[in-house]
Amino acid sequence: MKTPFPFSAIVGQTAMKQAMILTAIDPGIGGVLVFGDRGTGKSTAVRALAALLPPIKAVESCPVNAERVEDCPDWAELGSKKIISRPTPVIDLPLGATEDRVVGALDIERALTRGEKAFEPGLLARANRGYLYIDEVNLLEDHIVDLLLDVAQSGENVVEREGLSIRHAARFVLVGSGNPEEGELRPQLLDRFGLSVEVRSPQDIAERVEVIRRRDAFETSFDSFMAHYSNEDSRIRAQILKARRALPKVTTPEDILHDCAALCIALGSDGLRGELTLLRAARALAAYQGKKALTRAHLREIAPSALSHRLRRDPLDEAGSGARVARTLAEVLG
Amino acid sequence: MSVLADSWQRAALALRLLALDPEGLRGAVIRMRSGPDRAAVTGALPLKTQRVHPNISDEQLYGGLDLSATLKSGHIIDNKGLFSKSGMVTLAMAERCGADLAAKLALQLDADPDFGLIALDEGAEPDEATPPALSERLAFCIEPIGRMPPDWPSVPAGTTSIAPRAVTVNSSDIEALTVLAARLGIDSLRAPQLALATARAHAALNNRLHLTEDDLEAAAALVYPHRATTVPEQQDSTQDTPPPDQPDDPGTDGQDQDLTLPDGDMMIEAIKALLPADLLAGLVPVGTTRAAGGGGAGKARKGNRRGRPLPSRPGRLHGQTRIDLVATLRAAAPWQPMRRAAAAQTALAIRPSDIRVKRYQDQSDRLLIFTVDASGSAAMSRLNEAKGAVELLLGQAYAARDHVALIAFRGTAAELLLPPTRSLVQTKRRLATLPGGGGTPLAAGLQQSALLASQSIARGMTPTVILLTDGRANVALDGTPDRAQAGNDAERLARMMRAQGTGALVIDMGARPTASLKALAGLLGAPYLALPRADAQRLTGAVSAALGAA
Repeated sequence: MKTPFPFSAIVGQTAMKQAMILTAIDPGIGGVLVFGDRGTGKSTAVRALAALLPPIKAVESCPVNAERVEDCPDWAELGSKKIISRPTPVIDLPLGATEDRVVGALDIERALTRGEKAFEPGLLARANRGYLYIDEVNLLEDHIVDLLLDVAQSGENVVEREGLSIRHAARFVLVGSGNPEEGELRPQLLDRFGLSVEVRSPQDIAERVEVIRRRDAFETSFDSFMAHYSNEDSRIRAQILKARRALPKVTTPEDILHDCAALCIALGSDGLRGELTLLRAARALAAYQGKKALTRAHLREIAPSALSHRLRRDPLDEAGSGARVARTLAEVLG
Repeated sequence: MSVLADSWQRAALALRLLALDPEGLRGAVIRMRSGPDRAAVTGALPLKTQRVHPNISDEQLYGGLDLSATLKSGHIIDNKGLFSKSGMVTLAMAERCGADLAAKLALQLDADPDFGLIALDEGAEPDEATPPALSERLAFCIEPIGRMPPDWPSVPAGTTSIAPRAVTVNSSDIEALTVLAARLGIDSLRAPQLALATARAHAALNNRLHLTEDDLEAAAALVYPHRATTVPEQQDSTQDTPPPDQPDDPGTDGQDQDLTLPDGDMMIEAIKALLPADLLAGLVPVGTTRAAGGGGAGKARKGNRRGRPLPSRPGRLHGQTRIDLVATLRAAAPWQPMRRAAAAQTALAIRPSDIRVKRYQDQSDRLLIFTVDASGSAAMSRLNEAKGAVELLLGQAYAARDHVALIAFRGTAAELLLPPTRSLVQTKRRLATLPGGGGTPLAAGLQQSALLASQSIARGMTPTVILLTDGRANVALDGTPDRAQAGNDAERLARMMRAQGTGALVIDMGARPTASLKALAGLLGAPYLALPRADAQRLTGAVSAALGAA
C-alpha cells in the first residue's frame, strides 16, 4: 500500500478538513457527510485522515480493538493479550457489501470443516474505536443503511442469527461521501450525520494549479515532499491530542445555549439533534483553537456544517441550504 | 499535431504512452465493439493483463476461502484474490459494470499505484458507458473511428531510456494544462493530473528530459476531449468574458491574464476538432439513472439477500450469497452412507454440490400519482372525461394491487387530496367531489408530485406520475400570476423529476394538443397522450400500454 497523500497538503477544502478534525477530537459529534463532485479530493482526505490520526492502544488479538483485556468480547478467542499501539482504524465499507460482511456471521468455514460454531466478525467489529468510511453512501442499499444507523446510534452490534447470539461494541465515526447527482440520501440518514460539508473543485485557477503541483511533487519527488508535510501533519496531530485533553474544560455560557436553541428554531430543524451536535462541534472547535469558553464566533463558524443538512428540503431552492443557514445566522446572531 | 488528428494514430500513441507509464496513467477505456479491430488494439498493448467480467465475485477480487477445494481436501484452502496481485486488469463489458464493482475497482485504483485498468466498453448508446467513477480515473478513452488502417500501428514501438518521472516540468506547463481543463469545463482535478503524467510520458517517449509544446498538445488531445463539458469560446474576440464554466466572480479579474496563455488558443483550436459531436446535444446529465416506468406491479428484483424467500438452489458460495444450511444438509443427507463408505470418515461429508444458497424475491409496490389539473380552463374543457379516465385506471390499479395517490392543483397551490392508499372507494369519492376553477399552478402540482414521489421511493415503492392538464401554466410557484415564470418553474421541476428518476405520463386534456405540454413531456422523459384524440376507453388502453411498455 502506498503512503497516503498528507492531510496538510490538501489545498483548500477547509470545511471538510475542519469537520474531520473535529470528529477526531470528539467522536461523539457523530460522523461527517461529504457531498461533492468527482475529483474534489473526498477520498484523498479520508485516506489522509487515517494517516493523521493519533494511534490507539489496543489488545493485539482483539477483533474489536478493545483497549483492555476485560473489554474484549467473550466470544473472541484471544491469542496475544499484549497491549499494542496501532493506527486508528479507518475501515472501508464497499458498496454491495452483504449484511454478513458488515455485521459478521457464522464462520461457515469452521462450521463446515471442523463442525464448530464460531462467529466471524464483520466490518463493524473492525471499525470499533475508529472510522467507517462509505464512499458513494447514497448508493448503499437501504437495509444496510438502516443497519448502520441502528448500530451507530446504539454503539453496539447485536447479531442474532444462525444460532448465534453475539454482541460487541461498535463505536465508530461514520464518514460518508457521495455525489448528489447520482442519488439523494434519505433525510433520516442525513440527520444522523453530525456534520455535513459540500466540496467542489476550487474555482480559482491559482488554487487549481497548486493542487496539481503538489500532487505532481508527491508523485515525483516523494521524499522531500513528505518530509515537508509530515512535520505539518504531526503539528495537527499534536493539536488534536491537546484539544482532546482541553475539551472537558471548555465552558459553555448560558446565552450560547440560548443562541443554539434560537438558531435551530429559526431554521426549523426537526428534533433536538441539531442543537446537540451544534453545541458539541462548537465545543470541539473551541478546544481546537485553544479557547476556554464557547463564543458566538464558534457557533457562527460551525453552524453551516452542523445544521445545513437538517433543514426541510426545498427542492427549488438552488442556492442550497447553506445559504439559508447563513441568512438565519445573520438574523439570529446579528 | 498531424499525428493527433487521426483517431487511429491517437489510439496508437495512447497505447504506447500507457505501456511506458502504466502507473502514472492508470489505464484506458477502449470503447469499441468486439472484433478483430479491437483485438488488434488490445494486442498492441504490450502489458500482461488479467481479464475480469462485471459479475466477478468478492472472493475472486479480494481472495478468501476456496470452499470447493476446502471441502474436497478437508483442510482450509485459500485462494488469492485479484487485488493481491498488482498489475493491469482488463474489464470486459465495462458498460455493464455496476456501481458496486465500479466502487471497488475505483478504491483499488486509489489505493494501489501498481493497479491499472483497461475497460473494454461495448456500449452502443451514449448512455451505455463505463461507470464515471472508473473512466474518471483512467487517462485515456480510445475510440477509433472507422476501419483500422492496414498498416496500423504504423510507427514501431520506440524504446526510451528516460523514465517519465525524471522529466522536469515547469510551473507554466502545469498552469497551461490546468487552465485548459478549466476552459473545457472539466471540473475534476484528476484530469489535469493525468494530462501532466501523459505529457511526461510523451516527452520520455521522444527522449526529452523537459516538456515541450508538443508534449502538452499531445497530452491535451489525449486526455481532455472525452471529458470536456463546454466548447470554449474564442479567447481573442472575447477577452473580457470569463470562460463559460467559470461563475462570474468579481474577485477574479487577475485570472483573465492566466487564461490567455501564449499558445493556449492554438491548443484549444486543436482540441475543438476532437470534441465529440454530441457534446452540446448531451444535455442529459451523466450518471442520472432513468427508472424504468415499471411493468405490472413495480419492479421485481430477483436478489439473494432480502425480500420474499424463493426456494433455495444449488449454487456457489461467494460474497453475495447466503447459505441455506438446512437445505444443504438435506441435500447431503441421502449420500452420507455412501460417502462414509467411500472415504472411511465418520463426520458429516458435505460436498460442494450439496450447497444450497438462499434466494429472495423483492418486489416493490407501484404507486400511481394522479396529478390532476382542476383549474378553470381545464374544468371548461374535459375535466369530466379526465375523471372518467382516472376512474378506469383506478380499476386497473386495483386489480394490480397498486397504490394510488391524488394531487389536484388549482388557484395558487397544489393539494394532496389523497395520500398513497389502496382504497379505491376513497379515491373515487375524492375525485368525484373535486371542484374546478382558478388559475393553473402547474409547477406547484409538479412540485407536490415530485415530493410525494421521492418519499415513496424512500419507502420502497416505484412511483409513476400521471399528469392530467391542459398545459396552460399561468401561476408561478410563488403564487404570482406570471405566465413566463410559471412556464419556467414547470420546466425546472420537470427536469428535476427526471433526474430523480420518477417515471411519468403526460395526458393533455386541452381542447387541442398543446405544443408546450409536449415539450414538457419531453423534459420529463414521459410519453405524451392527447385526450382530444381519444375517448376515455381508448385513453385507458393507451395509458396501460405506455405503463406496461416503459
